[in-house]
Amino acid sequence: MQSPKVALRARKDEATEARLATLTLPETGGWLDGLRADALSRVRAMALPGPRDEYWKWTRPETLISPEVTPAALFHDDEPPMFDEVDRLKIVFTAGKFDAEASDDFALEGLTIERLAEAGATDLHWARDLYGTLETNGQTPVERPLAALNTAFATDGVLIRVTGKVSKPVSLIYRRESEASEAILHHVVKVEQGGEMTLLENGPAAARFNKVLEVEVADEATFHHVRTQARDHERRAVTHIFARLGRESVFKSFTVTMNGVLTRNDCVIELTGDDAVAHVAGAALGDGDFHHDDTVFVTHDAVNCESRQVFKKVLRNGAVGVFQGKILVKEGAQKTDGYQISQSLLLDDDSQFLAKPELEIYADDVACSHGSTSGAIDETALFYLRSRGVPTDQATNLLTLAFLAEALDEIDSEELSGLILARLEGWLERRRG
Amino acid sequence: MLEIKNLHVKLEEEDKQILKGVNLTVEAGKVHAIMGPNGSGKSTLSYVLSGRDGYEVTEGSATLEGEDLLEAEPEERAAAGLFLAFQYPVEIPGVGNMTFLRTALNAQRKARGEDEISATDFLKLVREKAKTLKIDAEMLKRPVNVGFSGGEKKRNEILQMAVLEPKMCILDETDSGLDVDAMKLVSDGVNALRDEGRGFLVITHYQRLLDHIKPDVVHIMANGRIIKTGGPELALEVEKNGYADILAEEA
Repeated sequence: MQSPKVALRARKDEATEARLATLTLPETGGWLDGLRADALSRVRAMALPGPRDEYWKWTRPETLISPEVTPAALFHDDEPPMFDEVDRLKIVFTAGKFDAEASDDFALEGLTIERLAEAGATDLHWARDLYGTLETNGQTPVERPLAALNTAFATDGVLIRVTGKVSKPVSLIYRRESEASEAILHHVVKVEQGGEMTLLENGPAAARFNKVLEVEVADEATFHHVRTQARDHERRAVTHIFARLGRESVFKSFTVTMNGVLTRNDCVIELTGDDAVAHVAGAALGDGDFHHDDTVFVTHDAVNCESRQVFKKVLRNGAVGVFQGKILVKEGAQKTDGYQISQSLLLDDDSQFLAKPELEIYADDVACSHGSTSGAIDETALFYLRSRGVPTDQATNLLTLAFLAEALDEIDSEELSGLILARLEGWLERRRG
Repeated sequence: MLEIKNLHVKLEEEDKQILKGVNLTVEAGKVHAIMGPNGSGKSTLSYVLSGRDGYEVTEGSATLEGEDLLEAEPEERAAAGLFLAFQYPVEIPGVGNMTFLRTALNAQRKARGEDEISATDFLKLVREKAKTLKIDAEMLKRPVNVGFSGGEKKRNEILQMAVLEPKMCILDETDSGLDVDAMKLVSDGVNALRDEGRGFLVITHYQRLLDHIKPDVVHIMANGRIIKTGGPELALEVEKNGYADILAEEA
């Protein structure tokens, strides 16, 4: 008779094979083929996540790994597309395919951009050493099989190499067209020494979206990332960011999520050079059928580095928020300054916040702090505002934005934080009551 | 202006009667003071009038210019012209003082069917009012009351009063936690707002605030009722002899 553990694994293998049977390795050729085959072996070795996996305790993976995509009704937005006002270089993916017509030319001083789908043919490509490499590193100590699946099957994406200070953001826009669409995209960014860029992302991409972003930030380089996962009610998304930071480099990533039935955002950061700075932050607003999971793993493996994790969630009408965040300080990573805060504002009794903050420290001269709270609107503050004439709804919105402020402060650009604030205000106004 | 008749109030959570028949009329242009020992119901009266949760009115009425206050939401009372300067002003991290003031002013104007104030006019208004209260630009930028000293918090209350221009102002132990200089600043701020059309109800333990804000009428409150009413001399009597004599007189 099979032991329960063996039986469990057999079920996972079965689910994995059922999923793999629906996918074909894209023929992007050259060096990519080998990397894809390696990734596929990783998927089989790990098996796709099951509900008994430790890091899937609070987020059910079934709809993310099922052979068939759960259809998601198309959502028609009445707001202008995000970042429309921003001077940027636009790269559009429609239904997971590069949309040349809607995109700008890949011409911007200080960087080169190529499509993943076309890069395989170049033999000595710089991305050879990165594609799937940071993802592979990020598989220990916690397995992330959906990222390996992405590396194997990504149909497209961008490869961005930054050699200078780039004057305007590169903006990735994901559009979707059908109710049962699926998109698997994989981007690689390499910011060379002293380089600097901002990457923007927005749009729903597909009914089910699997996206990986691998970022190498070299010594003294800077990478800013701002993305919105907004207002597409029924879509599902699993995304991974894998970042490796060199000496005196800066990595800052901010995500705002409004609606979406299921979102799992993993962020895996490794600080490998001294004096590096990594900030990862998120604001999630959910109403009703909304499940949002931020899973973050920051590894300090160098001296005098700083990391911040700031995650805020506003939940109502039965929305669920999950935070799993870890700071790992390796031996010798002295003078580490690690900070982690995860908070939820529960606007009713039906909503739920589940948090697992973790610290693991093997150096003796570090300052690490973490906190996690879950609370309702402060009644005293609410009364104070009302006593000055501010109606309850408006006062609640004001206090909600105040709750989100610490996360929003993580966006360096005032222009971008202003745009996001306006969207948050809009969401609060619309979804009232 | 403010008319309170036979007001009975108990705590919602426990069956405890706090106000046991308060009668009080504050006329426009007048300053009334309420003094009384701890636990007499002074602060409860201010909370009930402003609409704080947790109290149940079992009998009686309170009206502002003839309009019922007790059925109205706190924000409606504010828009009608009622203002409570809190004994313990609330800290609101993440909400800037200016945003707070502007939101409040515009919400009240909107409720009264008036146009919103323009950003420029608002800035001018606040700067002017802040100056007389010695509130600097830095304080206006900070989140509401966060990191403010006791004196700064009370000055901030008076600033709100000056900007919102209510008809009826209730000051709940505004002198508590103030040093002499801060008390003078706060009092000057209040006195500047004294006006024929405006009523004040000043709640205090001590006579000293009334040296600065001179009342027209002084009430002594004890055990949930107003037990004695007189002129400013009544406050001096309390200062000299304490409440014991007055309470004994009543008993």
